[in-house]
Amino acid sequence: MRWYWIDRFIEFESGRYAKAIKNISLAEDHLHDHFPNFPLMPNSLVIEGLAQTGGLLVCEYRQFTEKVVLAKIPRAEFYCEAVPGDTLVYTTTIEYIKDEGAMIHATSHKGNILHAEAEIVFAHLNDPRMGALFKPETFLQMMRLLGAFQVGRAADGSPLRPPPHLMQSEDVLDSNGRQRGNRT
Amino acid sequence: MPTREEVFTKIRTALVEALGVEEDEVVPEATLVGDLGAESIDFLDIVFRLEKAFDIKIPRGELFPEDVLTNPQYVQDGKVTQAGLAELRRRMPFANLDNFEKNPVVQDFGNLLTVADMCRFVESKVEITD
Repeated sequence: MRWYWIDRFIEFESGRYAKAIKNISLAEDHLHDHFPNFPLMPNSLVIEGLAQTGGLLVCEYRQFTEKVVLAKIPRAEFYCEAVPGDTLVYTTTIEYIKDEGAMIHATSHKGNILHAEAEIVFAHLNDPRMGALFKPETFLQMMRLLGAFQVGRAADGSPLRPPPHLMQSEDVLDSNGRQRGNRT
Repeated sequence: MPTREEVFTKIRTALVEALGVEEDEVVPEATLVGDLGAESIDFLDIVFRLEKAFDIKIPRGELFPEDVLTNPQYVQDGKVTQAGLAELRRRMPFANLDNFEKNPVVQDFGNLLTVADMCRFVESKVEITD
């Protein structure tokens, strides 16, 4: 399973806010267990989608150099159900970014209807022994798949571009995404 | 310029939002860890809210000097040394360390901070009108 709980960014303003959509589909296997004959988008996966939208926004602010992890959900409220055929629009706004972490305010809308609202706290892990949580090229692939560079704008209003160090790490991958010279 | 009452009210709101406790649980003598159930990640959340509520900056370690508690110069055999206690007093003039000094076990330090200590901390960073 690929752990993507958003499908595409529709807006991405570096350091300020991001909007992404999540299309709910009967093709998602877990919906047939949640629940049998009554598929409902699990609220936990809505939170994960909000966290991915906001987490990539927070990561991009520091050019993907910080290890950003979901740390705490102080508040999450759900006002209605989301079902297959719905498109949820997730909007995440940065409330605060410091060296130690960040806080975002997040909403999910079904059309004009407020579906959910949450506060999410991320922590920046600074233990160098951990190394990288993700390979740099993984961030690049995620942001490309999600269309961030098609809609994104940097702080000065110019089109959002991948940071140079991510582009450099991509140079070592071949066309199949494997490290050049790596046969495994 | 807030009054002491306003400082307390804003801190109470921040703790209710961050810790999910009821307003009437947030009394001056309540400890953040023991009485209100705060964990380490909650302190990050609380600092965000205080900075926003009072338009102040709280550098890392200013409210909770974790660097002192992990420094071998200041901690030996799980207890804070005299030098460590002096450093804590210097860094935390807003906190009452008398009880802690009687048996300065590092693991107990987390339960030191009270709501009243937080009020004194914020009052030291803003101009109070009373």
